Amino acid sequence: MTPVIELRGLTREFPGTPPVVALHPTDLVVERGDYLSIVGPSGSGKSTLLNLLGLLDRPTGGEYLLDGEPSLGISETRRTQLRAGRIGFVFQAFHLLPHRTVLENVVLATIYAGIDRAERVPRAVAALERVHLGHRLSFRPPTLSGGERQRVAVARAVATSPRLLLADEPTGNLDSVTSGEVLDLFDELHADGLTLAVITHDEHVAARAHRQVRISDGVLEVVR
Amino acid sequence: MSSLSARDLLVEASHGIGSRPGRLVLTILGTVLGIAAVVVTLGMAQTGAGQIAKQFDAVAATQAVAQPATTQTMGGDTRARTTLPWNSPDRVLRLNGIEAAALLADVDVAGARISAVPVVDPTAPQLAAPAVVAASSGLLDAVRGTLSTGRLFDAGHDARGDRVVVLGAGAAERLGVNRVDSQPSIFIGERAYTVIGILGDTARRRDLLDAVILPLGTARADFGLAAPGELQMRIDVGAGSLVSEQVPIALSPNTPENVEVSAPPTGGELARNVRGDINVVFLALGAVALIVGGLGIANVTLLSVMERVGEIGLRRALGATRAQVAAQFIVESVVVGLLGGLIGSALGVFVVVGVSAWQDWTPIVDLPLAFGSALLGGVIGLLAGAYPAIKAASLEPVTALRGGL
Ligand SMILES: Nc1ncnc2c1ncn2[C@@H]1O[C@H](COP(=O)(O)OP(=O)(O)OP(=O)(O)O)[C@@H](O)[C@H]1O
Ligand SMILES: [Mg+2]
Repeated sequence: MTPVIELRGLTREFPGTPPVVALHPTDLVVERGDYLSIVGPSGSGKSTLLNLLGLLDRPTGGEYLLDGEPSLGISETRRTQLRAGRIGFVFQAFHLLPHRTVLENVVLATIYAGIDRAERVPRAVAALERVHLGHRLSFRPPTLSGGERQRVAVARAVATSPRLLLADEPTGNLDSVTSGEVLDLFDELHADGLTLAVITHDEHVAARAHRQVRISDGVLEVVR
Repeated sequence: MSSLSARDLLVEASHGIGSRPGRLVLTILGTVLGIAAVVVTLGMAQTGAGQIAKQFDAVAATQAVAQPATTQTMGGDTRARTTLPWNSPDRVLRLNGIEAAALLADVDVAGARISAVPVVDPTAPQLAAPAVVAASSGLLDAVRGTLSTGRLFDAGHDARGDRVVVLGAGAAERLGVNRVDSQPSIFIGERAYTVIGILGDTARRRDLLDAVILPLGTARADFGLAAPGELQMRIDVGAGSLVSEQVPIALSPNTPENVEVSAPPTGGELARNVRGDINVVFLALGAVALIVGGLGIANVTLLSVMERVGEIGLRRALGATRAQVAAQFIVESVVVGLLGGLIGSALGVFVVVGVSAWQDWTPIVDLPLAFGSALLGGVIGLLAGAYPAIKAASLEPVTALRGGL
């Protein structure tokens, strides 16, 4: 079976004097159904790696196969398409549109993923019910608690049925109880066969994952 | 290729526009003011030009006045070098291009009281007496006057020196005369004069409205009027130069240089020149208003796109293409621009109409100007929105996301 993620010497260097090598040449394979945690000190290059995995940024060297398909040197349209169809994101800062309802925020992802108009709302509602927010559809994000907002973000990420869920410190803004809610959700999604890569500072969060890698100064090592 | 239909695009754009009404008002304000300024400047230019053209066409371009030339005496007084003949109107009416003519003269009544009652009431307040003007019977045609009631004296009154007068509307009001069917009289000094008409309005010599007007013959008989003062003429459009040339010869064949004629140089051409000048000035003002308004719109649009870079990053992360994101933001700024254009244009028309009503002018605003300005708002929105929208959409999603949300 082709791995979901296969990195071959993937590198990201930021220009400057001197240039910052945020990610040294990195090899990594993530199989379908893996639950990977990425740990490391602040400024070590975790977000840099995740942005590359999510096709939100371009590497300066190496190769990245997504589902066995080269993701570099392809057209911008194809990159966008992969992002829309294969990958879901959960950001530390939620990134919800404050003036749109919870439901609209989730529907937004289905619009860009090219899901049929008739299916958009049912899928968004299903995703929100899955994160136990079926009773908050018409709320606006600013009126929700932090944990609820992050669950909306998770619903948005999974409403398009991606193969890969990428989360950058999803519990960074949450207390231990609400973190627990989000982590339980990840466990459920993982159990359903979704591949997850989660950045975290938190040992408890990292411990929930089955695989763990550590980045220090842009160098990645596999912990388990 | 994810399929984002036009409908989805419009829905997203309308949410972007409508989600923050307070912001929308601020964003629109620049466009509204810019477009309103353009409509007002151009509309006022058209209105003003129309007004001037109207006056030129109606009066100035078709009016001429002949007067005796004057010289300075050694003592420093000005003295007329000649006198106009009493039959001046008949003489000039034989010329081509002259449609009506009338002699006018200020009459010195030597401080005589002018009143509606014969007996002097010493307790009555002493009002400034109305001026007394003598005129020939062609007066109404020559100065384009209209009577509000009664009639003007005719050549017969003039020849016989009948004691009849016509009162200017203002003078009539001061003297308390408002109808003439009962043949009211007024008194100049001791003598009674029958009021036979009231001059309601006039285009030239508006001072007549505050005057008591009597026939030349009467003024000569009663007040020893020595000579007419000026000859008012209504001429054909474009006859100005002909009139300037021929009238002095007709009035003073031996010494034509002693008669001065002021006539419009070449009628319509002058009016056109003035209109052209005004349009240039107002077009320049309109252009400045447009540039200022356009920069304001560009500035606000730029800011509002920059402010939403984070949202752009999010949409890109969710799988929106550059084109989809750029299109949404361009549609938003075009719609906002159009909205501002419409409101601004309406406001501008409103101001032009308001000012005109206040000034008693005829407001002129071309339909193309009104609608064109509204469209212009949309065009400016497009121009101002396209650059930042395309720029922000072509950012790498991670860079846009760092812009914050
Ligand atoms: N756009 C950029 N230009 C220059 N340097 C950058 C840029 N983005 C990141 N870096 C640098 O790359 C390094 C890694 O940054 P990154 O954001 O990946 O760290 P991180 O591990 O996610 O840290 P944190 O845990 O604090 O989020 C840092 O030294 C950072 O300064
Ligand atoms: Mg980070």
